[in-house]
Amino acid sequence: MSTPVGSRPALAWVVNISVILLVALWTLPTFGILVSSLRDKDQLAVSGWWTALTSSERNLVARAAPPENATLEGGRYVLTGNVFEGGSGEVTGFGISSRDPSAFAVGEEAELRGDATLTVEANGDYTIAYAGEPEPGRGQRIFVSSVEPPKFTTANYENVLFSEGLGKSFINTMTVTIPATVIPILIAAYAAYALAWMEFPGRALLLAAIVGLLVVPLQMSLIPLLRLYNTVGIGKSFIGIWLAHTGFGLPLAIYLLRNYMAGLPREIIESARVDGASDFEIFRKIILPLSFPALASFAIFQFLWVWNDLLVATVFLGNNEEQLVLTGRLRELLGSRGGNWEILTASAFVAIVVPILVFFAMQRYLVRGLLAGSVKGG
Amino acid sequence: MAISSTETASPAGSPGPGGFLLNLAIALVIMVAGIVFAVLCAVAVFAALNTVLPDIKLVQAMLVMVLGVAACFGYFWGSNRLLDVIYPPRGSRVAENINAANGIRPWLFLGPAVVILGIYLVYPVINSIVLSFHGPSGETWVGGANYAWLAKDAAFRESMRNNILWLIVVPAAATFFGLIAAALTDRIGWGNVAKSLIFMPMAISFVGASVIWKFIYDYRAEGSDQIGILNAIVTFFGAEPQAWITIPFWNNFFLMVILIWIQTGFAMVILSAALRGIPEETIEAAIIDGASPFQIFYKIKVPQIWGTIAVVWTTITILVLKVFDIVLAMTNGQWGSQVLANYMFDWMFRGLDFGRASTIALVIMAMVTPIMVWNIREARKDMK
Repeated sequence: MSTPVGSRPALAWVVNISVILLVALWTLPTFGILVSSLRDKDQLAVSGWWTALTSSERNLVARAAPPENATLEGGRYVLTGNVFEGGSGEVTGFGISSRDPSAFAVGEEAELRGDATLTVEANGDYTIAYAGEPEPGRGQRIFVSSVEPPKFTTANYENVLFSEGLGKSFINTMTVTIPATVIPILIAAYAAYALAWMEFPGRALLLAAIVGLLVVPLQMSLIPLLRLYNTVGIGKSFIGIWLAHTGFGLPLAIYLLRNYMAGLPREIIESARVDGASDFEIFRKIILPLSFPALASFAIFQFLWVWNDLLVATVFLGNNEEQLVLTGRLRELLGSRGGNWEILTASAFVAIVVPILVFFAMQRYLVRGLLAGSVKGG
Repeated sequence: MAISSTETASPAGSPGPGGFLLNLAIALVIMVAGIVFAVLCAVAVFAALNTVLPDIKLVQAMLVMVLGVAACFGYFWGSNRLLDVIYPPRGSRVAENINAANGIRPWLFLGPAVVILGIYLVYPVINSIVLSFHGPSGETWVGGANYAWLAKDAAFRESMRNNILWLIVVPAAATFFGLIAAALTDRIGWGNVAKSLIFMPMAISFVGASVIWKFIYDYRAEGSDQIGILNAIVTFFGAEPQAWITIPFWNNFFLMVILIWIQTGFAMVILSAALRGIPEETIEAAIIDGASPFQIFYKIKVPQIWGTIAVVWTTITILVLKVFDIVLAMTNGQWGSQVLANYMFDWMFRGLDFGRASTIALVIMAMVTPIMVWNIREARKDMK
C-alpha cells in the first residue's frame, strides 16, 4: 500500500526490521531441524544446530594396539597408530587418565608405567616407545581432546527411510492421501451445483445444515463410526479411511464449491438452458471447467489435511507396522526414540517435505480457497 | 444470492408436499439403482484388474482413485439417463415430463453427498448422544452415570481449565500476530516472500510441528551443552536450564506456542486481504486530517475489518477445541497439560470406555455449538 506514510524512512526501517524478526521466528524452528537432520549424529548430540558450521570439541578415548605388536626400531620397541581410527579431527591435548584428557599438549611426552613414553601428534598419530620388550596385555588407553571439523551426512535419512520403517509409512500415507483427496471432489461438485443453481424445496435448510456440519468436531464421529465399521465388517482398512476422509471433507468441499459456483455469471447458464442443454450437460461442459480454481483450492486443503492427519488414521487404520502412516510413525518415534534427535529430525523432515512443496507450488489456490471460505463483509 | 428460477422450474414441478415426497421417492429409487450399478461395476473392474496388477499398495490406491472417479461419473451419468428414460423430454407430454424430471434431478445430484454426510456426520452426533447414556461397551443403559462421573472427575476439570486457557490465549495471540504481520508485510517490497514464509507452518502437521518444537524445548542437565535453542539462550544469559514441557501450568503455554506458530499465517492471509479491501478514501481522509500511522491502523483500519477478525477468531477457536495431536505428541496429558480432545482419545483407546469417551466428545460439541449457530446465521444473512 503506497500511502504517504510508507515513505518515512525511519518508519520504513522499523517495519523492515520487524518483518525480518517475524520471518526469522517463523522459519528458524523448521530450519533448525533441517540442519540437524543433516549433521553427524555424534555432533548433533553434543552441540546446538546453530553451531553446525563451527568445529566442535570432543573428548574421546582410544585404545592403542596391544603391546606385543610393538616392533623393534633403533633399539627401542615402538608402537604407532592413529587415535581417530579412520575418522578425522585435530588433537588439542591428550592424557592418560579420564580425569584429565588434556594433561599433555600435542607433541609432549607422557610417562607411562613400565618405562615407556607416549606422544600424540595433532593429526592423531600416536607413538608409544618401550625401553625393553613389553609384556603382552591389553593396549594402552589414550584420552584425547580433539576439535572436529563440521560433518554433514545423509546417513540419518538412509537410516530412517530404510531401517526405521519411514519409507513404508511414506507409501502408506500416499496410499491414504491420493484417493481421499480426489474422490470427494466429484461428489461435492454435483451437490454444490444443485445447491447453487437448481430450485427445489429444502435447499435453504440443506445449505444451513452444511454450514453447521463444517464445525462438527471429529471426536463426535470416531466411536459411532468405529462401531459401525466393526458391525459392517470394514474394520481397519484403507477402504474405511478413504470413505471416512471423504465424509469429513465433504462439508468444506460443498461449501467452497457452492460459493464459487453461485458467483459464476448467471447469463452463461441461462443461455445454455435456453439452447436446450440439460442440467447435467451444463454442469459437465460449463460449470466444471469454470470451477477449476475452486476445485484446486479444495484439493489442496484436503491433501494437506489428509496427509497431516493423525487422529483419523490412528482410529480407522490402526497402529500395526504394515499400515502405520507418517504422522503415526513420527508419534511412535517420539515415544520410543525420544532422545535420538538424528532420527527424529530426519523423520520429521521426511514427513513435512511433501506438504511444504505442495504448499509452495500451489499457494495461490490455497489462499484463494481460504478467502472464499472465510472473508465475509466487514 | 442468485436463485435460478427458469420457466422449467415453475411451481407445477412441485405440486404440494405430496408431489415433493413422490419426487424424493422416485429419486431414491433411481439413486439406489445408479449407486448399486456404479459400485458393482467399479468393484468388478477392481477385482478383474487386481488379478493382473502387482500387489503394491500404491498401485491399488491409484486404481481405487481412478475407479472411484469413474464410478462417480458413472453414477451421475447413469442416473440422469435413467431419469430421461422415465420422463422423456419429448413426445406429447413434454412439458409435464420436463417439470417432473426437474423436481427429481436435484436429489440425484445431491444424493451421494447427503448419504455420506448422513452416515459420517449426522448419524454419529445422534449416536454419541445415545452412547453417552450407556456403559463402556455401549450396550448397557447407565442413565446419567457418565455425566455424574464427569462432574466429579479431577482430570476432566483439569482438561476444562486447560481448554479454557487455550481458548483464550491461542485465538487471541494468533489473530494479534496475524494482524501485525499483515499490516507490516503490506508495507514492504518483499512482503509476499515474507508472507509465504510466515504462512508455511500451515502446511506442517501438528505432529511434525511437535517434533520441531520439542527440539527447541530440549533439556540437558546443567553444565552440559544445551542443544535446544531455548535452553541455550537461557543459559547464555546465565539462568538455569529448564525442562520446559514438564513445568505444571506453564507447560500449557509452551504447547500453545506451537498452535499459535501454525495459525498465525492463516490469520495473516485473511486479515491482509481484508485490509486491502478497505476503501482508500477513508485512509486518505485520515492522512489529510493529520493522523499518525498508528492512529490510522487502530482507529481507521481495524474497526473496518471487525467482521473478518471475528471470522478468523472463531475459525481458530474451533480448531483449538479439536486440538489433540500436539498434546498427545508433546506430553500425552502428563504434567497437568491434559485437554478435552486428548482426554476423550485416552478414554476411547486406553480406558476402552465408549460411554465416557462419548460424553467427553459431547462436551466438545456443546462448546462448538454457539459458534455453529452464529456461523449458520451469518451464512443465511449472506445468502439472502
